[in-house]
Amino acid sequence: MRIVLIVLALCATTLMARAVEPGEMLKDPALEARARAISRELRCLVCQNESIDDSNADLAHDLRVLLRQRLLAGDSDREAIDFIVRRYGDFVLLKPPVEPATYFLWFGPAALLALGAGGAWLYLRRRTTSADEPPLSPEETRRLEALLREQG
Amino acid sequence: MRRLLFIVPLLLFVALVGYFFVALEPGRNSTDLPSTMIGKPAPDFSLPGLPGSPNANGQFVKLGFSKQDMAGRVVVLNFFASWCVPCRVEHPVLMGLGPTANTPVVGIAYKDKPEDALAFLKEYGNPYLAIGVDLDGRTAIDFGLYGVPETYVIDKTGVIRLRHVGPLTAEAVAREILPLVAELSAR
Repeated sequence: MRIVLIVLALCATTLMARAVEPGEMLKDPALEARARAISRELRCLVCQNESIDDSNADLAHDLRVLLRQRLLAGDSDREAIDFIVRRYGDFVLLKPPVEPATYFLWFGPAALLALGAGGAWLYLRRRTTSADEPPLSPEETRRLEALLREQG
Repeated sequence: MRRLLFIVPLLLFVALVGYFFVALEPGRNSTDLPSTMIGKPAPDFSLPGLPGSPNANGQFVKLGFSKQDMAGRVVVLNFFASWCVPCRVEHPVLMGLGPTANTPVVGIAYKDKPEDALAFLKEYGNPYLAIGVDLDGRTAIDFGLYGVPETYVIDKTGVIRLRHVGPLTAEAVAREILPLVAELSAR
């Protein structure tokens, strides 16, 4: 039982372990925090669905180190990100920028929802108006009663 | 008019399918990323060479090379590494490329120990006119490289014209590299 617990505890520690190695970290905690925040927004080009903060790929390591070097050299967050985007393109950003080419991506779902809601509204409105149709004429009432009598 | 309204969703659906069909490019490997460096000047670099690396003719060439060394010529630049398995696959293609393309093929050893890269070239042959060693991979990052092998075609003015991700095949050379090299050389 104790062994099982120890094994589980060890598994938990490996889950907690991050890709960022102690040797990579900057001494200045504020600068390191900025680096961590930026690296969570940058895609690892090798794994492509992980941030460079999470990835253990060599290239992710190199990009983390490069990012920290840029910050140490006095780059703002924007400048450091642009430095990497210039080389790898917008694809490196996990959150795509809002620009004409990505308008469909950002606003498409909301536009489709609005379109569907509009259609539903039109449909429902037509249905309620159809409930207000004029009552049956005396002739129609007579026919209806005759039909019902036949059935009964 | 009413009839038309019913056709609208169908038309929208067809348009969406058409858009996805074009945008997703059937037949394209979705992990092959487009390069933002196409049409831009190649980054500056100056790399040390291998200790006494022989070229295709067995001659020992100048150690290392820089971007300036490529000026005025159309160059095929190949990133490789001795530890990279696909590089071994594409090596015979590179060996044949130099003579057929009649253009310099240069190599950058990506994160490779010089002695390992040298042993690799001694075993499989050297297709490169010049070789640089990018030990820390920084030049590769400037190129936007995300794995080896990658191959670039750089024109006479030092502008990157093409990137091929992954091992070169005889088919890719015949279809992409050679026509482009011929076109750029004619300018």
